[in-house]
Amino acid sequence: MGKQLTLNLTKDKLVGMYKRMLEIRFFEEKVFDLYAQNLVPGTIHLYLGEEAVAVGVCSALKRDDYITSTHRGHGHCIAKGADLKRTMAEILGKKTGYCKGKGGSMHIADFTIGMLGATAVVGAGLPIAVGAGLSVKLRGTDQVVACFFGEGASNQGTFHESINMASTWKLPVIFVCENNLYAMGTRQSRVMNIENIADRAVAYGIPGAVVDGNDVLTVYEATQKAVERARKGEGPTLIECKTYRHKGHSRVDPAKYRPKEEVEQWLAKDPIKRFKEKLLQTNTLTEAEIQQIEKEVSDEIEEAVKFAMESPYPAPEEALEDVYA
Amino acid sequence: MRKITYREALREALREEMQRDSTVFLLGEDIGRYWGGAFKVTEGLAEEFGDERVRDTPISESAIIGTAVGAAITGMRPVAEIMFGDLTALAMDQIANQAAKIRYMFGGQAKCPLVIRTPFGAGVNIASHHSQSLEAWFMHVPGLFVAVPSTPYDAKGLLKTAIRGNNPVFFCEHKLLYPIEDEVPEEEYTIPFGAADVKREGADVTIFATLYMVHKALNVAKQLEKEGVDAEVVDPRTLTPLDKQAIIRSVKKTGRLVIVSEDCKTAGVSAEIAAMVAEEAVDYLDAPIKRVAEPDTPIPFSPPLEQYVIPDEKAIMKAVKKVV
Repeated sequence: MGKQLTLNLTKDKLVGMYKRMLEIRFFEEKVFDLYAQNLVPGTIHLYLGEEAVAVGVCSALKRDDYITSTHRGHGHCIAKGADLKRTMAEILGKKTGYCKGKGGSMHIADFTIGMLGATAVVGAGLPIAVGAGLSVKLRGTDQVVACFFGEGASNQGTFHESINMASTWKLPVIFVCENNLYAMGTRQSRVMNIENIADRAVAYGIPGAVVDGNDVLTVYEATQKAVERARKGEGPTLIECKTYRHKGHSRVDPAKYRPKEEVEQWLAKDPIKRFKEKLLQTNTLTEAEIQQIEKEVSDEIEEAVKFAMESPYPAPEEALEDVYA
Repeated sequence: MRKITYREALREALREEMQRDSTVFLLGEDIGRYWGGAFKVTEGLAEEFGDERVRDTPISESAIIGTAVGAAITGMRPVAEIMFGDLTALAMDQIANQAAKIRYMFGGQAKCPLVIRTPFGAGVNIASHHSQSLEAWFMHVPGLFVAVPSTPYDAKGLLKTAIRGNNPVFFCEHKLLYPIEDEVPEEEYTIPFGAADVKREGADVTIFATLYMVHKALNVAKQLEKEGVDAEVVDPRTLTPLDKQAIIRSVKKTGRLVIVSEDCKTAGVSAEIAAMVAEEAVDYLDAPIKRVAEPDTPIPFSPPLEQYVIPDEKAIMKAVKKVV
């Protein structure tokens, strides 16, 4: 029974997934704190509450597989294996950050782990993911591409253009729609006459799956299936992960447009709490082990913050570098 | 030396680069075996290199460029064709926000060796959606290079450089240039970006021109010669990077500058060149800078209307006469 509940995954794999989710949770909470202290320039879009999506998807990928990300991208980076220190340093605008301070919260990339970067234009990452998929096909490798985007992006023309193209050319792309119900303050039902974005897969002749985006193992399982199909050259899949953000859209947003009961319902479905319960229930981890992991992750985040805080800002004239190769 | 058309020169560059480097591939609407490109530039290449490398796409300009960006940052060298320059508006986010910025935003991690080929220009009665000259839009986007070849020789040499480079290149062609024939050597050559070419040397007035306007400027220079005026025609060949020194050098010599460009006058190519010379070489000018450009209207359909807005030799001549 226990094995079934955890998909027969090894303890190492399960612990790894749990740890990644915690890393994202603690990292984002820290970013929120630093923001409150006026240490983060600009704005932030936190991934709190959606951890199971990024970790579920990226745990089914290999290191050299690609992902594309969005303005709400910290979680995608961490889930793909990005260095916490350099990620935090980038968010603080420091020279040691992934993009030497040129990108910030909305534009983090790590090409060494296949993280092709976050675009802050909603829907713009979809065709880029298709291009990475085409590149894989032309180069003849067995890599796949996971493309993250929100339900809001599914109303952009690029959604249609990209999935049509990827489907026609049978490209190894997994379109991962993170449906957190709100595009900024606009509830899905106000701008779409459908409940499930995945239903749109029919229009492109590809499989579409609606999954519980707050259950990391369900996301993992669906992704694995899509990855297998992609690696076999059978083409893309559209996976819709139903989830919810714990905070507002961005730093200035108290999210008053969301009914209190709805928020409470979703907070009760906290993906980390649920995964922890499952790990305890199946005797995969003990309470003591969980506490140990929490401590480890907490220390890691403290180190990342320390590194970022102590790092220098770039020299102003570095603004002129990296325009051209 | 053998003569080939501008169209053939472009095709040769594509063919040779595809033979040389297996990561080079082409994508665009109707560029493959069934049509060969709306202006036949890619004709025959699908037969030679296969449908995978000469890829017909759906009518999805945004995804064409986005796909090229994704392929470029993961090890390929895509050459995307947008059937008409006007249609680049459909892909503007992918060109201006993604391709041009992907290296910079990510602190130099990415390289984006992507070429976007597209024809600009009026003169064939296809009205407002198929006739514009929008080079200036792309000059205004840091991170892009902008090439403007006016001859078969330049077209081939610049396209090869564009494909081999590691930056996104917006490669402007001109509809009326495709059938123009001129000398192109059989042997291998490339043309560096940022190196203007003096298409005709002269001492009395500098005529700056790009694309099809270079040919009009040369015709005017020939007529001027009969009248005892020695005009120099400077073709920048790339607008970004711009060979400022070549333009300034010519202005120093002649003391007079007439800028000819087919795009609209306001905030156009001619405005940038005029501003640059005013800022960096005004002391060498013996007369005000003159600009010959399209008036600020869309391109009309009816032949007399269209001919009225396209800068012609008469307008160039008139501008020159005002300063010499």
